[in-house]
Amino acid sequence: MLRSRIIPCLLVHNKGLVKTVNFKDPKYVGDPINAVKIFNEKEVDELIVLDIDATVEKRGPNFQMIKNLATECRMPLCYGGGVTSPEQAKKIIKLGAEKVALSSAAIENPELVKSIGEEVGVQSVVIIIDVKKKGFFGKYEVFTHNGKKSTGLNPIDFAEEMEAIGVGEIVINSIDQEGTMKGYDLKLFESIRKKTSVPLTIMGGAGSADHIKEALNKFGIIGAAAGSLFVFKGKYRAVLIQYLNKAQLFTQK
Amino acid sequence: MITIVDYGSGNIEAFINIYKRLNIPCEVASSPEQILTAKKLVLPGVGAFDETMRILKNSGMVEALNKQVLENKIPVIGICVGMQIISKKSDEGELEGLGWIDAQVKKFEVSKLTQKPHLPHMGWNTFKKEKENSILNELEPDKGFYFLHTYYFSCNNSADILTSTVYGDRYTSAVNHENIYGVQFHPEKSHSNGVQLLKNFANL
Repeated sequence: MLRSRIIPCLLVHNKGLVKTVNFKDPKYVGDPINAVKIFNEKEVDELIVLDIDATVEKRGPNFQMIKNLATECRMPLCYGGGVTSPEQAKKIIKLGAEKVALSSAAIENPELVKSIGEEVGVQSVVIIIDVKKKGFFGKYEVFTHNGKKSTGLNPIDFAEEMEAIGVGEIVINSIDQEGTMKGYDLKLFESIRKKTSVPLTIMGGAGSADHIKEALNKFGIIGAAAGSLFVFKGKYRAVLIQYLNKAQLFTQK
Repeated sequence: MITIVDYGSGNIEAFINIYKRLNIPCEVASSPEQILTAKKLVLPGVGAFDETMRILKNSGMVEALNKQVLENKIPVIGICVGMQIISKKSDEGELEGLGWIDAQVKKFEVSKLTQKPHLPHMGWNTFKKEKENSILNELEPDKGFYFLHTYYFSCNNSADILTSTVYGDRYTSAVNHENIYGVQFHPEKSHSNGVQLLKNFANL
């Protein structure tokens, strides 16, 4: 039987790994390759690595870094950050990543999603939707550029549009929950699950195995991604790369 | 010696890395001459069927591969789309496959998937042994393998089915006919099971 994926999400900033809170205050947590080595030993389901500088610095992906990571990874790797062309996407897949993630480039130019799908196969195209509550009524809206740029887009509409174009996975990331370790925004996720049928991954806010279990029990087969949970330990947030006991997670329903 | 076919599709680095760690000699082949001296072949592949067939044809290696696989009968394993192109044809494209195994590639029927997500079939799934073969030695079916695909391999001869996996219906997740092997999943990204399978292939 197919089972849910539990996915550490690593953020790269100034060539090191960082963890943010609400997309702000990056804290250094270690070296990317070293983290991959530890995650290999822990046999994690999959890894997401996001270069959070690329789009903001208006540059393309760091191919050497991707190559180093993909070569080391014994689990599937999804790379995101600064991808704006089918050629870049093709190169990333050829370097050994299984998936290429798009965010702001997909919003600015939905046609790009289609052309990348034709180049690398639809199954390898991942859309990351960064969502923040906005205004007095807390309406969900899609943001880009590390949560700084408002797009005016409704996340449900945008997810439906992406599914219609053809993508392999959609990652729903809650900026309000990100780094807080207070739990996922299940309501946001549910609204998008209802309207789409592609594989979905929930991200932002997981702080314990219970948060992940809750999402798995509610939604069946999903991707559950987390950052802080896999790099911090204890209330003083000491850096420790770790993973969950999968057997325990999947048997204790 | 394991020879990984580099025709411009699929990530060969991950295979090289695993064989290096296992201390099993491996090389990369990108010309017909190199294929003709190979002892065991790994045929990777990612992306769409036609695109993969097109770049394989353009590489000029098809004839040498056919000779090694069909006449000299050296062991070969196709991975993911590398498995699909050893069939006769695919619903995904117009081009003919290599036809090494009597099979077609079909698209999963969404109507048979009772819960979301639908397609692609993505993530860790288990498998069932359908026949004995040393390439399956010491694998843990419950740990499974990593899958990422929308089309599946459908054998015309059930004796060729090596393992099966359930996604909607039960389908062929690994195939074997004489010296020819194919796996739909990604052993190079499937932790200990994947490493074990690649090791078993080297020991064939």
